[in-house]
Amino acid sequence: MFYREAGQFKTSYLADQSVFPILQDRIGLALILAVAFVLIPFGASDFFLSVVMVPFLIFALAAIGLNILTGYTGLLSLGTGGFMGVGAFACYKLTTLFPGVNIVVWILVAGLFSSGVGLLFGLPSLRIKGFYLAVATLAAQFFLDWCFVRVPWLVNYNVSGAIEVPTRTLLGIPVTGPNATPQFRYLVILSIVALLTWFASNLVHGRIGRSWMAVRDMDLAAELIGIKLYRTKLLAFAVSSYYCGVAGALMVFLWYGSAEPAVFGIDQSFLILFMVIIGGLGSLIGSFFGAALIYGLPIFMRSAVTALGWDIVPSTVEHLTFMTVGGLIIFFLIIEPNGLARLWQIGKQKMRVWPYPY
Amino acid sequence: MRLQASIFAGILAAATVAASALPAAAQDSIYVPLFTYRTGPFSGSGIFIAEGMHDYLEMLNQRDGGIGGVKLAIEECETGYDTKKGLECYEQVKNKKPVMVNPWSTGITLPLIPRASVDKIPVLSMAYGLSASAIGDTFPWIFNPPATYWDGLSMILTYIGNKEGGLDKLKGKTLGYIYLDAGFGKEPIPLFEQFAKDYGFTLKLYPVAATEMQNQTSQWLNVRRDRPNYMVLYGWGALNPTAIKEAAKINYPMDKFISIWWPSEDDARSAGAAAKGFKELNWHAVGANFPVMQDIKKYVVDKSLTQTDKAHLGEVLYNRGVYNSMLIAEAIRNAQKITGKKVVTGEDVRRGLETLDVDKARLKEIGMDGFTDPVKLTCADHNGHFPAFMQEWDGTKWVKISEPIKPMEDKVGPLLTAAAKEYVEKNSGWPKRTEACDKSS
Amino acid sequence: MDILYKVFIDPFVQMGTAPDLLVQTLWDGLVAGVLYSLIALGFVLIFKASGVFNFAQGIMVVFAALALVGLYDTLRRWGVPAGALAAYLALAVTITVMLALAFIIERVMLRPLVNQPDIILFMATFGLTYFLIGFGELVFGGDPKVMIAEQLGLPRGAIDIKMAGGFVTMQKIDIAAVIIVSLMVAALSFLFQRTRIGRALRAVADSHKAALSVGISLEHIWVVVWFAAGIVALATGIMWGARSEVSFSLQIIALKALPVLILGGFTSIPGAIVGGLIIGIGEKLGEFYWGPLLGSGIESWLAYVIALVFLLFRPQGLFGEKIIERI
Repeated sequence: MFYREAGQFKTSYLADQSVFPILQDRIGLALILAVAFVLIPFGASDFFLSVVMVPFLIFALAAIGLNILTGYTGLLSLGTGGFMGVGAFACYKLTTLFPGVNIVVWILVAGLFSSGVGLLFGLPSLRIKGFYLAVATLAAQFFLDWCFVRVPWLVNYNVSGAIEVPTRTLLGIPVTGPNATPQFRYLVILSIVALLTWFASNLVHGRIGRSWMAVRDMDLAAELIGIKLYRTKLLAFAVSSYYCGVAGALMVFLWYGSAEPAVFGIDQSFLILFMVIIGGLGSLIGSFFGAALIYGLPIFMRSAVTALGWDIVPSTVEHLTFMTVGGLIIFFLIIEPNGLARLWQIGKQKMRVWPYPY
Repeated sequence: MRLQASIFAGILAAATVAASALPAAAQDSIYVPLFTYRTGPFSGSGIFIAEGMHDYLEMLNQRDGGIGGVKLAIEECETGYDTKKGLECYEQVKNKKPVMVNPWSTGITLPLIPRASVDKIPVLSMAYGLSASAIGDTFPWIFNPPATYWDGLSMILTYIGNKEGGLDKLKGKTLGYIYLDAGFGKEPIPLFEQFAKDYGFTLKLYPVAATEMQNQTSQWLNVRRDRPNYMVLYGWGALNPTAIKEAAKINYPMDKFISIWWPSEDDARSAGAAAKGFKELNWHAVGANFPVMQDIKKYVVDKSLTQTDKAHLGEVLYNRGVYNSMLIAEAIRNAQKITGKKVVTGEDVRRGLETLDVDKARLKEIGMDGFTDPVKLTCADHNGHFPAFMQEWDGTKWVKISEPIKPMEDKVGPLLTAAAKEYVEKNSGWPKRTEACDKSS
Repeated sequence: MDILYKVFIDPFVQMGTAPDLLVQTLWDGLVAGVLYSLIALGFVLIFKASGVFNFAQGIMVVFAALALVGLYDTLRRWGVPAGALAAYLALAVTITVMLALAFIIERVMLRPLVNQPDIILFMATFGLTYFLIGFGELVFGGDPKVMIAEQLGLPRGAIDIKMAGGFVTMQKIDIAAVIIVSLMVAALSFLFQRTRIGRALRAVADSHKAALSVGISLEHIWVVVWFAAGIVALATGIMWGARSEVSFSLQIIALKALPVLILGGFTSIPGAIVGGLIIGIGEKLGEFYWGPLLGSGIESWLAYVIALVFLLFRPQGLFGEKIIERI
């Protein structure tokens, strides 16, 4: 009863093909954007912005990247952490070599380097599929891990082997470094994420996205109807790595403020993969849901334990968090293998037919 | 079932987003967060440190009612030695007005260095972290007593030189360096290479990746091939016991295997009798035969106010944690003295750290007579470069086998200054020191 | 020119001038390979019979080892004298624990996910991994433990064989490991080829539907298979734990089993052994002779690159079944 599109007629083909044809959807989207851009930066605490929202957005972006590769194209990848690292290190080198150029420009350009590396490690996908491709991406992950540690040029020969992020400004306001306020960082990240999500949305709703989904569903049949497999798969790798690269650069520059190579290890790859699985493979909104749940759950549990006043040692909370995440993954895979995004869709469907059951 | 699941998921997601409530510390207590790791691959070392740090502060609460009459609010935050979790912990504790943070990980310390001055929270990275932060004028908010990693390396080299009959006798020999392939292990390499040039020995490097700490057969096979005269170890967590075991396996002469101050009893014990002769640096005693340790036993361990295993009291890393907490407590006390306030803030404790002067008399007062040597910091020197002695594993315990060895100030000093300068240059916009310097009270 | 010499000539020169180190490297590679193949064996068992790629095999290794050590400590606390009696008692109880674990996994995870695509089951084992990590740390504590190798009767010490101008050290525990793995492989092959249960396992691996129609209970078979994999995990845990120590960083080593499986094929037991040996020896040789050229530490990715190169030429591995795709 709440979600009917009755009475909404389209008078042109273009209007009919829009991504959000229902007015309620468009209102909902506008509300979300309004809350995100206006309400949260001015209403929320610094803690909420720096610890919850900033990482959530960055992980959501990386999850979108991985979703494009694994969810839409069906190519399982365990190299996400490495690609994020390429983006971060590329951004660092670019900004130290050309400090005059705006950091946001460099963040977006760094993704291209990540794209190139992703393309390179995606070449085996032309011959291998499924689990085997996962091993190829694992090779990429560990090799990149090793490069980050072994190539001191990447960190400008810094003795500590880590990136130290210099202070950079945007429109005169510091956006990286310790003086950058959480509000400003949040707004910059939100803008970038919103822009790239819009871009991804257009990609997956268009011809390219459909060719990816065709390759995922049955690549032999896709090839038969004329989709060039190598181009499609490589494009998937390139776009996905771009998103991961930008997410990596954002993570180091606008969140951590420094980075040891260990940050981009295999654990990071698994984390993003879990977000994509729980959020829903092949769904952009699922990436956001998955990131919120997987990243937010430990924070929620820690705060809940403190708020309830239970005297549990932090390490035990840590263990319980692991157990809960693992249990949740199994739980979601049993009740809804398509993840939170599907549950969201079902929810909307229920709202359409309420109070009837179907 | 699906609808219930989607409602459940919705509630979970909403509750997750609403997790911004945080309890403020009570106004009449001093908040001391402890960044510890009792889980993860480094927990083998981290557990002792966590126990020692927690127990000393808790003992002060129980026995003296806190410091200066104000109780300490001790809270542990589990980092797992992971930089990401460490930064999360930092963001979480930031708003509760901590008086200082002890990251216990060089990887976590590095990103906190630029934030310390902005957030007004001093960082105490005791004997780890960025060696260059010893230069107080460049890093007014970072402290790393009693010695830096560079000091430690120079002490090890001095000890080797003493054994060989003079550092010039090292000419033509080979020294091997096995280390954790991360910030903490890589930091001494420039100094080591400098030493190799100065004294004419060959330096062989054997990095161990953090994910491969338990798989060191290749590195030690290389050691067998290269046959270095001495091996130096800079490891932490699972790296240490595996290194000692592998050294024993290839019959490397254990008395030529010297480590920086981190391996614990468990690490040496894991190699059994073959580990006899393994050496490491240290600057405090082992054992529980000190009034302070007895007090901890009486007021905290016996009363079951802690997770500590009774057997851990007196072990080297437990005492290390106690020492760290002693520095925290003395800094707070000093801050109270300087400012006259009871409930001190981060800024006050920074001043307290900067004028820290724990002399022999004070050590006796707090029950640490003979436990360790005096420590004193100044505005320009946030480290002190205090000597450390060598201790040897005799099969069951650590035995002190040398007098305190002084670091090579002439070699290390210029390097520290140069490193600090380089840090400032690389980080454009690094603030010049504006904090005033208190005269030591 | 110099670089060509360094890459192609010098390593072989080194091999020739120090043959004892070469033999040592080969032996270390053999041992590493045997241990990798133990882990891979666990994977193969489960994949063969239920089509699930059990990512949780690594954590099962750690869990089994921790359970063994934890139970031993508990038994000692209850007054059982130290030594072989307590050790073998603990071993027996741990085997029961692994059986219980297999039951629970089958009930809670496998049964609800029957007929789901393989990727879903693969991801479910991810969840299982995380769950077991948390649960294991909660129950046993995160600090590393010492494996009760001596009490179980495993030998300590090493044999130094003088040969080829130097000496080659063989740890007795490694020799024991090689023997034990060979015995396990023989026993598993016997199980699969000669027993009724083995026939049922092979039937299930061929086709679930056909096996059901002949009256084989899929659930029983799955419990048997996961239990067998649990036993293999226990053996792996004991061996690996005896060589270094029992801690959670062991589970990352399980990732190394992936290249082994690629080489050997996902469904072949002899393949797991051969693949393990190739990867182990290749890795150690590569690291020792070519590693210093690249700054060392190449062990971490060499195995995967070897597997990758292999995949490009023979995707089904040495012994696996050829993958035929149909529309």
